[in-house]
Order: sequence, then C-alpha cells, then structure tokens
Amino acid sequence: MDVQAHLASLIAQHKVLLFMKGSKSFPQCGFSSRVVDLLKREGIPFETVNVLADPAIRQGIKELSNWPTIPQLYVGGKFLGGCDIVTEMAASGDLAKELAPFKPA
Amino acid sequence: MSRRDRIERALTIAFEPSHLEVVNESHMHAVPKNAETHFKVVVVAEAFVGKGAVARHQLVYGALREELAAGLHAVAITSRDPAEWSARPEANVSPPCAS
Repeated sequence: MDVQAHLASLIAQHKVLLFMKGSKSFPQCGFSSRVVDLLKREGIPFETVNVLADPAIRQGIKELSNWPTIPQLYVGGKFLGGCDIVTEMAASGDLAKELAPFKPA
Repeated sequence: MSRRDRIERALTIAFEPSHLEVVNESHMHAVPKNAETHFKVVVVAEAFVGKGAVARHQLVYGALREELAAGLHAVAITSRDPAEWSARPEANVSPPCAS
C-alpha cells in the first residue's frame, strides 16, 4: 500500500488521530506535547502516529494536509490544524464541540 | 540578511499586514546557539477576513515556503483580521520545548 493510501486508511479508522513527534507518554517536541495535553484534558480517547519513526509518513502527512509542520490533528476524518489552532480551539470551546461526537458515552 | 528579516520581508510582501511581529524563538528549543529554526509570527491582515484558521495558516506557510525548504523548522502563528485584532490584541503563547 502506498503512503497516501495508508494515511487515508489510518485517518478513516481512528476518529481522533494525532500525527506527532514521539508518543503520548514521551512527546519529543513541545508543540506535540501541548496537543497531547489538550486532548487528555478534553477526556477524549485518541490514537497517535509517531512521524519520527517513519520518514515516508512524516513527508506524506505534510503533503496530504498541505501543512508543513507537525503535530497535525485529525478528527472525524477532517484536518483540524496544528498546535496553534488546537490551542485556540481549546480556549474558545470549539475543540470540545468538534470532539463531542466521538466521546464515549 | 537574517532569517528573521527574510521572514518579515516575505510576510510584508504577501499580506501588507497592519500589524506584524516576527520573533526568533529558537533559543527555547534544543537547537544550537544562534539557530534560526523556530519562529513566532503575528500577522494581522485583511487577507484573513472570512477565512478559517487552517486556510489562514496555509497562506502564511505558503508565503514562507522558501524558508521552510531551507531549514525553517517551526512557525507558531497568530493570524487575525484587523477587526479581530483590535477586539483582542493578544498573540498566542508558544509552548516550551519537550526535550
């Protein structure tokens, strides 16, 4: 499977998916770390992909989103943004609204 | 010309911003002294009126394409239209490095 098909399938499969540097427990970048913290604060289950583990994924997600930096958050198959946007959305309450449909009952 | 100045020039040409800040925040990250890798930009421009956050940031990244290809690693972006900025003139605060 090529990278774009692989990415599309990951994004379809996981309703809240964060492409980041490092892992939830060991983020390797302050921007990734902040988005992990914000998602945890929202109490939403989420999956992560460590782009440092695979250069093809790292490059492929930048192309898919037309977005040159990491982290990148996908919710319900839609690209929400990077650290700045997720931070603004958390502050305004829009992040909670976007995540609400994917919260376990 | 420093990268800070090149970024300032590129954003000025692209947006004719009514307010512009370009700050080298590389010292906040695990990079060599005097590095020019991590920047914060605040851009206030008419070009953002009616556009969502993703589209705005894509415009900023587009204006900085050459720098991104040449070693600019991270850009913390605050993008506001003039009305938003006059209502709340506050830039986003960048996170500290994790490593």
